[in-house]
Amino acid sequence: MSNRIEKTIELNAPVEKVWRALTDHNEFGEWFRVKLDGPFVPGEVSTGHITYPGYEHLKWEARIRQMEMPRLFSFTWHPYAIDPAVDYSKETPTLVEFRLEPTPKGTRLVLVESGFDALPGNRMPEAMRKNDGGWTEQMKNIQAHVER
Amino acid sequence: MLSVRPQARVANPAPVFAALGDRTRLSLLAKLSDGQTRSIAGLAANTKLTRQAITKHLRVLENAGLVTSARVGRESQFAFRPDPIVEARSYLDGVSAQWDEALSRLRSFVER
Repeated sequence: MSNRIEKTIELNAPVEKVWRALTDHNEFGEWFRVKLDGPFVPGEVSTGHITYPGYEHLKWEARIRQMEMPRLFSFTWHPYAIDPAVDYSKETPTLVEFRLEPTPKGTRLVLVESGFDALPGNRMPEAMRKNDGGWTEQMKNIQAHVER
Repeated sequence: MLSVRPQARVANPAPVFAALGDRTRLSLLAKLSDGQTRSIAGLAANTKLTRQAITKHLRVLENAGLVTSARVGRESQFAFRPDPIVEARSYLDGVSAQWDEALSRLRSFVER
């Protein structure tokens, strides 16, 4: 089991168009289903409301990190923050990165969400920093055990 | 927080990932993952770990629900409990499924 999510999709649309769909707050809101209060600005918090039917009571909040046109768009947020009664602000957020790459047919989009271990970098255990391979190996062992 | 499905709601997996993010704790879990219960002395055998260190790490694992303990005579016996790992994976599966749906809406949006 990994503590990150990675997804790659090939889109039949030019990079510029995908970039706009990701970073223009109105376009982003259309497919993501959120009504955003204003444009995305690196370093600033983006706020809004979910427009997905049945979940309009939920707020959207993310801190925009990088907007390196047209290659990288990233923000941090609290994933899956779907219980309005829970204060998610104390939890360490995860990092969401969209990487764009031109292809002959259009755009390769790679999405990575990481940081589910919820540890800030300076509190990351030594073992994980120094021995990522060993950690991955151990996780495989445990996974093999759990899945057998 | 994309296409949110309440039945996919599971507990926050952060404590589980945090508990797993340590080599010593993983080595203790790996030992226990054969399903046998062990005492602190049993876990310390053939390692350089002190009883105190093992106790400390077991406490973290126990708080994350990855290990249970039961008193047998004068000693506590510790056992591996895989449920939190299954739950953490189902949490990630939930987030992952939401991204699948969001990305498919993005595809419709940019390819239309």
